[in-house]
Amino acid sequence: MAPPTTRPLSPHLQIWRWGPGMTTSILHRVSGNGLAIGGLGVLIWWLGALANGPDAYKTFQGIAGSWFGLLVLAGISWAFFNHMASGLRHFVMDIGAGYELDLNNRWALLTPALGLVLTAAFWAVLLLR
Amino acid sequence: MGNGTSIGRVRGLGPAHSGAHHWLLQRLTAVGNLLLVLWLVVSLLLLPDFNYASVTEWLARPLSATAMVLLIISTFWHAKVGMQVMLEDYVHTSGNMFAVLTALNFAALAGAAFGVFCVLRIYMADHVALAVKAASAAAGAH
Repeated sequence: MAPPTTRPLSPHLQIWRWGPGMTTSILHRVSGNGLAIGGLGVLIWWLGALANGPDAYKTFQGIAGSWFGLLVLAGISWAFFNHMASGLRHFVMDIGAGYELDLNNRWALLTPALGLVLTAAFWAVLLLR
Repeated sequence: MGNGTSIGRVRGLGPAHSGAHHWLLQRLTAVGNLLLVLWLVVSLLLLPDFNYASVTEWLARPLSATAMVLLIISTFWHAKVGMQVMLEDYVHTSGNMFAVLTALNFAALAGAAFGVFCVLRIYMADHVALAVKAASAAAGAH
């Protein structure tokens, strides 16, 4: 990195007019880092409790099944489906497609919506089976 | 070659020959995550319930255990690569960058190693329980 200078810095979030692409990009980063910390944290806690035996797993189930635990699990599932949907958009853009302004904006709006729909579908199947 | 901006100091030095490696790793692990986490999502939905016996019986199967080990490696790797990109955007001094990237690498490797070790323990506990059951059944038969 260059040493700190007094030259003007590039404009940050508060300068730009909000648009769909910017929203989806920020949600992609938020859900990705949320998964890295919260999602993987709960994953190895779950596996650790299972490896430790029935008593440890009961403790895990008690916390995961509380209203707070379910809220965290709902958040993790949303983060996964949202990150997956905008990640698939990244794959499309990686091959050079979907950069036309209208199309880009439309998919930028559709991917977070798809993430919410898949999250709702997951919990509906889980709770209604 | 100038000495002002960071780009000015490296301009004209030629390619680093590793520019796309990080980017490609992010994509390859993303494909792995897509397949493996969807496997986990479907498997969880297909489980009859989330009790200890049901979950360990499912996870101790060789195919489930293998998929879970692959999932742990792919997700922790992807998380490590992705968090590095985020940290490179927000950490601005090289000393701090060295510290947080070291911590990130240690945490990702430790988390993945712990996860894989847990899957092995679940597999072994289930198979020891089966062996004990078989042995006591054989002893009862005599």
